Amino acid sequence: MDRKVVVPGDLLSEDAKRSGEGTFVKGGKVFSLLYGLANYRDRINVIPLAGKYVPAAGDNVIGIVKDITFSNWIVDINSPYDGLLHISEFPKRIESEEMSKYLRIGSSIMTKVKDVDPTMKVEMTLNDRKLGLIKTGRVIEISHTRVPRLIGKGGSMISMLKKEVNCNIFVGQNGRIWINGGAEDMDLAIRTILLIEKEAHTNGLTDRIVDFLKKEKGARS
Amino acid sequence: MIAMDETDISFFKDGFRLDGRRADELRPVKMEVGILARADGSCYIEMGGNKVIAAVYGPREVHPRHLQEVTRAIVRYRYNMASFSVEERKRPGPDRRSYELSKVSREALEPVILTSYFPRSVIDVFVEVLQADAGTRTAGINAASVALADAGIPMKSMISACAAGKVANTIVLDPMKEEDNFGQADLPIAMTPNGDITLMQMDGNLTRDEMHQAVEMAMKGCIDIYEIQRKSLVDKYSQLEAPTEEVQACD
Repeated sequence: MDRKVVVPGDLLSEDAKRSGEGTFVKGGKVFSLLYGLANYRDRINVIPLAGKYVPAAGDNVIGIVKDITFSNWIVDINSPYDGLLHISEFPKRIESEEMSKYLRIGSSIMTKVKDVDPTMKVEMTLNDRKLGLIKTGRVIEISHTRVPRLIGKGGSMISMLKKEVNCNIFVGQNGRIWINGGAEDMDLAIRTILLIEKEAHTNGLTDRIVDFLKKEKGARS
Repeated sequence: MIAMDETDISFFKDGFRLDGRRADELRPVKMEVGILARADGSCYIEMGGNKVIAAVYGPREVHPRHLQEVTRAIVRYRYNMASFSVEERKRPGPDRRSYELSKVSREALEPVILTSYFPRSVIDVFVEVLQADAGTRTAGINAASVALADAGIPMKSMISACAAGKVANTIVLDPMKEEDNFGQADLPIAMTPNGDITLMQMDGNLTRDEMHQAVEMAMKGCIDIYEIQRKSLVDKYSQLEAPTEEVQACD
């Protein structure tokens, strides 16, 4: 894999058609928009190394209820923009007065971005079987830019991790991760995820994580 | 040397300046990226005797609300000098000078930031001058530009800034304190590496030719600074990639 650290304004290609995410075209040439890692495939994408999460429709995220209005829960989704979870997006019909019975201020929820409009009004939904209130387990936070690496190509990394540490894991696109399992398994899962976050920009990460897990588990038994 | 009043100190000795530089030489620059844990992006810079920290927060929610723009992010830039940054204690807090520098510095950076990516939000830039030695605005802009990149904010390019001045009828690059205080002119500029100028100010008098010469010299200085900015950003991640072997130092 051909990767390179680039800074904003770096020339990436003379061919405007290769412009991908995190790039822009000026005068028929492709330049980087971000400080990050340039990925040279058919198209050139620049993967940021930092930055805030900007919600997009269809993202699964973990939110924390921070306020309740007449018909909406206002959800902090670790982003400059708050999410709005309308009462009608709750899996069952509830009355306005009873909203705080189901989701209170401070509740963590696994939720999905239903729609984002151009003024960045973010509508959330809970209408999916895998979504809902978090009652057990732990939630940790990493930079959202590391999430694609944690999931891996076609989910390879995360499915390996789930199997190896014997935990249920829900990865929010906003960098919040829910882990549920035995106490020791969760500790190991968290350590592994933080390692992935730290070394997300390096090559051959999956192999090293497999080794790390083998060693950690060997030390335990 | 006959009259020894302040305007007449000799700025050159055997063709070298008071601190031993040539006329077109920069002071040594040191840059460090990501030094603040709480900020989204940060940078510490030393340009000669200047010591400046820049911190970037955001994009984040705008407070107070009425400043919010529906279609784009706003940029706020705060230039501040510490009370101990100059010889005579400076009264803390914003003054006329720091308001002006905040405004021009913000306008130097804003054109390259893609504010339309983050409607209804704010990008806050804080620049704190810890030690001043002429040219703090340029040092601040250099640090702020690196800090913005470090915060992952999309930009069309970096911004580099540098000043040129005139002392003893000679155009010099990056004036230090003595040259700034007793010189004939000071001309700070900020630009993209392509040569698009986003800031130009002038204090003092220059002829047309001198002006051209000064701008050209300052632009060369900016390119040199750009290379340093770039290197400090690239190094932050390559140092993690290849574990350094340094332990065999002293036997």
